[in-house]
Amino acid sequence: MADKVTAFKEHHHAHHFRNDEHQFETAKQGMWVFLLQEVLFFSPLFVGYLIFKFMYFQDFHDASKHLDWVMGAVNTVILIVSSFTVARAISSAQKGNRDGVVENLIFTFICGLGFLIVKYLEYSHKFHDGLLPGHFFSNPELLETAPHANLFFTFYFLMTGLHGIHVVGGLVVFAWLLKRALNNEFGPKYYTPLECAGLYWHFVDLVWIYLFPLLYLVG
Amino acid sequence: MHHSPAGENYMSYPKGFSTWIVTLDHKRIGLMYLASVLFFFLVGGIFALLIRLELFAPGGQYMTAQQYNEFFTYHGTIMVFLVIIPMIPAALGNFVLPMMLGAKDVAFPRINLFSYYLYCAGAIIAVSTMFFGGVDTGWTFYTPYSTTTATNSALMLCAAFIIGFSSIFTGLNFMATVHRLRAPGQGWMKLPLFVWAIYATSIIQVLATPVLGLTLALIAIEKTFGFGIFDPALGGDPVLFQHFFWFYSHPAVYIMVLPAMGVINEIIPTFSRKPIFGYKAMAGAIFGIALVAFVVWGHHMFTSGQTDFVNMLFSLITMFVAVPTGIKVFSWVATMYKGSLHFETPMLWAQAFLLVFVIGGLTGVILATLAADIHLHDTYFVVAHFHYVMVGGTLMGFMAGLHYWFPLMFGKMYNEFWGKVACVIVFIGFNLTFFPQFIAGQKGMPRRYFDYIPEFRIYNELSTIGSALIGFGFVIALFYFVYALVWGKKIVGKNPWRALTPEWEADCPPATENFHHDVVVTHGPYDYVGERA
Ligand SMILES: [Cu+2]
Repeated sequence: MADKVTAFKEHHHAHHFRNDEHQFETAKQGMWVFLLQEVLFFSPLFVGYLIFKFMYFQDFHDASKHLDWVMGAVNTVILIVSSFTVARAISSAQKGNRDGVVENLIFTFICGLGFLIVKYLEYSHKFHDGLLPGHFFSNPELLETAPHANLFFTFYFLMTGLHGIHVVGGLVVFAWLLKRALNNEFGPKYYTPLECAGLYWHFVDLVWIYLFPLLYLVG
Repeated sequence: MHHSPAGENYMSYPKGFSTWIVTLDHKRIGLMYLASVLFFFLVGGIFALLIRLELFAPGGQYMTAQQYNEFFTYHGTIMVFLVIIPMIPAALGNFVLPMMLGAKDVAFPRINLFSYYLYCAGAIIAVSTMFFGGVDTGWTFYTPYSTTTATNSALMLCAAFIIGFSSIFTGLNFMATVHRLRAPGQGWMKLPLFVWAIYATSIIQVLATPVLGLTLALIAIEKTFGFGIFDPALGGDPVLFQHFFWFYSHPAVYIMVLPAMGVINEIIPTFSRKPIFGYKAMAGAIFGIALVAFVVWGHHMFTSGQTDFVNMLFSLITMFVAVPTGIKVFSWVATMYKGSLHFETPMLWAQAFLLVFVIGGLTGVILATLAADIHLHDTYFVVAHFHYVMVGGTLMGFMAGLHYWFPLMFGKMYNEFWGKVACVIVFIGFNLTFFPQFIAGQKGMPRRYFDYIPEFRIYNELSTIGSALIGFGFVIALFYFVYALVWGKKIVGKNPWRALTPEWEADCPPATENFHHDVVVTHGPYDYVGERA
């Protein structure tokens, strides 16, 4: 593990906190409140989806058959693995293992990128088949048999799209954290940004864990 | 953070314009919010006066019907999103909340500044819509009109989305601040009630605003791309929008009014020299209101085709709001009972608040009654009701708070005589403006119309005269505030109102780091015992 001793940069807590611990706990609480906000931010889409699913049950069932559950499953695995590596990045920081932090952050970043690539493949497939939201919908087969399939794809693109934006946001954060980790800023005394980014990433993972069965499996 | 040298305060040190725009000091951010909010209050107020001017007589006088629609949209949108919602929490709250906790700053000063700049960005986009097609949907953005109008509703929706996130981040910041930065000895039961009110407000901001944000984004997407969620032609449902919208916008009423109640909670005991009556009941009532707020949104939709059962349920729950609200009103009155009352300007505004707020609240119960609401829905009765709550409640609460904390913020005192004059003029003007609207509405005058039948003329004339009086009262206030800031005498010593809450332990105006000592709370916020007249 940490054979060579890393000289971590000193971190000073802000003037309105009593000590590092006080600042860490406050930041974490702020992050939890932010995630609470995120849950509510996603909620209209989930509620809307469920309402229309029950309104147009058969159409949504037929439409969801056009999603590629293998790709969805691959992405689920990718995100779960990346949640694990984020947790490892944090525990590496707690142990003072800088290289562990760097490696795990890089791995997490690659996972996020992989997720987006799979998503891109899925999206382009849907575009090709005319499985698009609202009046863009032009899949000849479903137009015949399931008149409200367009609404399913409206929700599919909005929900996975909003989730995808969160993944992109996560990648930006991980790139920034990587730069700071390489700069020896995270050690046992200070790893608040890692902890908060970890919470955020677990949340992004969790949203997908709901999206996957809801859209791909429960046909 | 630098400690200010002797003789300097948060405004004078550090020096220079550039230190203000990147400041992390909650007091400076509060002042920047205050200036912005007051500016937009002026803009929204001008739109209000233009609307009233047009309605002075039936028929078209000064503008086209389309211009009228755009003017009331700008009045509503600016007043709701840029003035009334941030007015007390973001402007006054930013300044005094951390000080009430004996803290040096809010929990996340950078996020605080960020949320101010989000507010600015949203405000600039909102104003820019005037030059890019205008907006005529009203502040509620009801679909299908908002998704089919020829005006630029999508841009205004973007603005509201951004301002919403400014509000969310302020709420998040205050929640963490109240949890983590209280002074030693300051348990939850020793918090000033203003802190309780802001805390409850923050919870609503964090839980309700994201729903609005996403819903407005959906409308903007629908308008731009035609995705169909709210469009029946594509299988969507426009009523779903109303549900999402009011899930936020009813609690938003309490984002507006709870902070005002918080201000009144501070002023009444201080100017009665008596402990507040029923501290725990007051704190509980704040939370009761915040909780019930989330389950009453359907009362805006009694005529939307909801089932009768759902209507009855929403009607009943809505009436429950009157219980905690009543507790608060009775407690304020009981606090003043046999107190040694001092009617300086803040207290005068608090009295104005009490009187109009009771009318606003009681007419709310009338509107919650199903049978009455079918008749009154979308009439001027509703307009009068929510102006009694928003203007009479929030704006008067804000004015009370602004006068109360003005000496703390600036170290100067406004002119007491003119303060009272302005308050009385606004109070009379306010009632003259909105009371006749109850009658006109009850007689069936619909809201949002450019024209009306001659029978409604007298009510509209009174209303327009009243609105001019309100404007006049605020112009007086503007003058004596500016006079006090520029030529006013410096306050000698601290704590001109002899209040017991911790923010008054600071100098007037406070030092850069707020206090010269570590604040330790040893007594309750309203322990005015032994000071009775
Ligand atoms: Cu309501």
